[in-house]
Amino acid sequence: MSTGLNDNELISRVLKGDQQAYAGLVSRYQNYVFTLTLRFTKNREDAEEVSQDIFIKAYRSLADFRGASKFSTWLYTIVNTTCITFLRKKRIEVHSLDNEKVFEVADSVDSGMRANMVEQKSRVAMVNNAIEMLNPDDAEVLTLFYKGEQSLEEIAMILGIEANTAKVRLHRARTRLKDKMEKHFAEEVKDLN
Amino acid sequence: MWDYIDGISSPVERTVIDQLIQTDLEWKSKYSELLEVQQLLQSSELEAPSMRFTKNVMEEIAKLQIAPATRNYINKRIIWGIGAFFITLIIGFLVYGFGQIDWTAQGDSKLPVDLTNVDFSKVDYSKMFNNNLVNGFMMLNVILGLFLLDRYLANKRKKFHEEA
Repeated sequence: MSTGLNDNELISRVLKGDQQAYAGLVSRYQNYVFTLTLRFTKNREDAEEVSQDIFIKAYRSLADFRGASKFSTWLYTIVNTTCITFLRKKRIEVHSLDNEKVFEVADSVDSGMRANMVEQKSRVAMVNNAIEMLNPDDAEVLTLFYKGEQSLEEIAMILGIEANTAKVRLHRARTRLKDKMEKHFAEEVKDLN
Repeated sequence: MWDYIDGISSPVERTVIDQLIQTDLEWKSKYSELLEVQQLLQSSELEAPSMRFTKNVMEEIAKLQIAPATRNYINKRIIWGIGAFFITLIIGFLVYGFGQIDWTAQGDSKLPVDLTNVDFSKVDYSKMFNNNLVNGFMMLNVILGLFLLDRYLANKRKKFHEEA
């Protein structure tokens, strides 16, 4: 089995023809990739399809990975471009930090999420639901920073922006998340305190 | 405040914020709020795809081959050759353009070896790049030259950041 090997060792094996070693990379990163993709697609079926596409693209381009960055950073770059292409195809409006429509859509699913919250009543569910209500750009940067184990410099590389811009985006995303939680989950936040 | 919570603020900022949190109630309350958001974010969980996900990916890639590395089929010498070609063209056109200027139009028959003596307001520039086709081509070259310069500077900056 190849599970004990690090990313670079697995990649080296795959490049030498051991295709099964790629399963180690897929199982290691599938949750990260799926979560990030879900931030964009907002539904599990599309997220699964896009995530699969991402791993296939990564496999095809594996020879281009030079090891200058972490494999995860390289992989998330593919996630970012693939998800943006997906959204363009779906003609979903994204990007603008002040995009009212995104917030309206998010607000419209709020009632369902709230019902779910009453059942779950957990911190984790509340945060995940609040993140889902954010626009994809904000949700992506938060997921990369808190769950994807990426530094601001690495996030900047993934998104193709300056590190300072990444920092500003992260700060804005956290502020928006805080606003969402205060607006939609005020009681739950109180209960948690 | 976020920099302080992330642990990336400077020692001076850290000291100032430490003092403010201890002495100012408003700062203390804001700090508690943001810290709560931070802790909530850290407690968020990753979503998992279906159980068959890895198997599905492996079935798909079984039919595929890894594409050869881009760097193997893009020769750097060719890229630099193209760059050199356009730079030579730009220089050639500039030399040609300046060669067309009538430096003697100001009345002095001597060539302007000493440019400080030339009255530029009287120099005849009318023959310089008076062909639309040449001008268009020049413009294209200048744009390509600037694009090349931008790529060069971007690479330098990237290398600098990597080294840092």
